[in-house]
Amino acid sequence: MDTILEVRHLSVRFGRRYVLRDLSFDVERGTSLAILGPNGAGKTMLFRSLVGATPFDGTVRWAAGTRIGYVPQKLDLERDIPITGLDFLTARTALARGTRTDLSRVLALVGIPPDVANQPISVLSGGQFQRLLLAFALVGDPNALLLDEPTAGVDEPGQEQLNELVSILQRDHALTVLFISHELTVVSRYATNVLCLSRGAACFGPPRTVLTPDLLRDMYRTDVHYVHDHADDR
Amino acid sequence: MTADALALAVAMAVASGLIGCFAVMRRMSLAADPLSHVALPGVGIALALRIHPIFGAAALLFFGALLVWALEQRTRAATETMIGIVFSAALAVGSLTTSGEDLIEALFGTSGALSRSELIFGLAGALAVIVFIVTQRDSLIVMLVSPEVARTAGINVSRLNLLFLEAFALTIALGLRFLGVLLMGALIIVPAATAKGLARNLTGMLYMAAGIAVLATVVGTWAGAWLHRPGGPLIVMTATGVFLLSLARAPS
Repeated sequence: MDTILEVRHLSVRFGRRYVLRDLSFDVERGTSLAILGPNGAGKTMLFRSLVGATPFDGTVRWAAGTRIGYVPQKLDLERDIPITGLDFLTARTALARGTRTDLSRVLALVGIPPDVANQPISVLSGGQFQRLLLAFALVGDPNALLLDEPTAGVDEPGQEQLNELVSILQRDHALTVLFISHELTVVSRYATNVLCLSRGAACFGPPRTVLTPDLLRDMYRTDVHYVHDHADDR
Repeated sequence: MTADALALAVAMAVASGLIGCFAVMRRMSLAADPLSHVALPGVGIALALRIHPIFGAAALLFFGALLVWALEQRTRAATETMIGIVFSAALAVGSLTTSGEDLIEALFGTSGALSRSELIFGLAGALAVIVFIVTQRDSLIVMLVSPEVARTAGINVSRLNLLFLEAFALTIALGLRFLGVLLMGALIIVPAATAKGLARNLTGMLYMAAGIAVLATVVGTWAGAWLHRPGGPLIVMTATGVFLLSLARAPS
C-alpha cells in the first residue's frame, strides 16, 4: 500500500519529562487513524509534532505533495470578537492563493449557509463553529486531515452529523484522516487503525484487535464498558 | 497644533487603532501598559547622552519586545509574571534616571516643539506599522485561530509573532510624544476595545478603531491646547468617553 505518513522513534519532552516516547507507526493513504488515550497522554502534542509546531526527536515523514488541514481542539481565540466566519475563511483562502469559488466550495462542503458565514463567530452554535473550523481546514485542498477532538463541545446529534460529514468528505476526496477522540464507538466505527497512547507503551492496530477490555482498563486505569458491535446495531 | 504635529498625531493614531485591534483579539490588552513602561529608562539614557528621547525610548522598546518574544517561546503563564516584574523594574529604574520636568513629560507626553528627525521617524514608523497590518492581515487572522493551523497554512508563526510585537512596541514609541509612557497603552487598547463591541466584521473593526483613535487624539490635543493642559490625559479621557458611550449602543 501507499504510505502517506511514516513516524519513527518520535519523542517529545519538556525538560526531562517525556510527553511522547519512541513512537513509531505508519499511516496508509486514504485510511483513518484514531488516536486514543487519557488526558495528558500527549495526543495533541503528537499532532503538533506532525505539523512541526513543536520540537521533537526522531523522524516524521509525510509523502511528497501532502497538504495538511488541521482542526484544533482548544482555541486560544476569544469568541466575543466581531470576526465573521467569512473573515476567517477569506484570510485562509487568500493565504492559499485561492479564489472566491474555492471559498464557496468549502462552505458548501461543510454545509454552512452564506448568511451564517456572514455572522460574527460569537453567535455561532458549537456545531456551526466546528463546521467552520472544518471548512477552514479544507481550504487549500488538503489530502490529509488532522482532527483534534472535532466534536468537543457539540451536542450529540451535532456530533453524529459532524462524524458523518468527515466520513463522507474522506470518501469523496480520498482523504487520509487522523483524529483524536474519546468516543470508543466513533473510533470503532470510523477508524481503520487505532493508536493508543498511555503512560505505558503505545499500541497500534485495527480497532477490533486493539480495543480489548484489558487494554482499555490499563489505559484509563478504570473499567470501561464497551461493546464492539455497537455500530452494527444501529 | 502645527500641520506637522497634526499629521504625525493622525498617523500615530491610525497605527494605534489598527495594532490595537489585533492586540485586543490576541488578549494582549494588559501587556500594552507594562511594555510601554520600558520606554522610560530609554528616555533617561537618551537625555543623558543628549540625543532625542524618542530614539532612546524606541531602542529600549525594541529590546523589550524582543524579550517578551523570547519569553513567549516558553510557557505563557510564566511570561505574564515575567513581563510584570521586568517592566515594573524598568519603570523604577527609569524614574531614577529621569527627573523633574523631563520625567513628567516622559510620563504624560509633551507639547514641546517637534524636531525634524522626530517628525520623519514618526511618520515613517506609523507608515511601517500600517503597512504591516494591511499586508499581514490574513496571516494575523489565521494565527488567531491557532498556531498549528497557521503553520499548516504556511505561516512562520514565530517570525510573525516577533514582527507583531515589534510593530506594537514601535506604535508605543510613536505615541510617547503625545501621551507619554503611562497613557500610551490606553490609546492602543481603548479604541480597539470600543470597536470590538460595536463592529460586525473585521474590516468594520479596523476602520472603527482607527477612526476612534484619530478622533480622540485630535480632540484631546486640541482641548489640551485650549485648556492649557497636557494633551495626553485628554486624549485618553476622550477615548474612554467614546468607549462608555459605546456600551450603551453595543448589541450584546
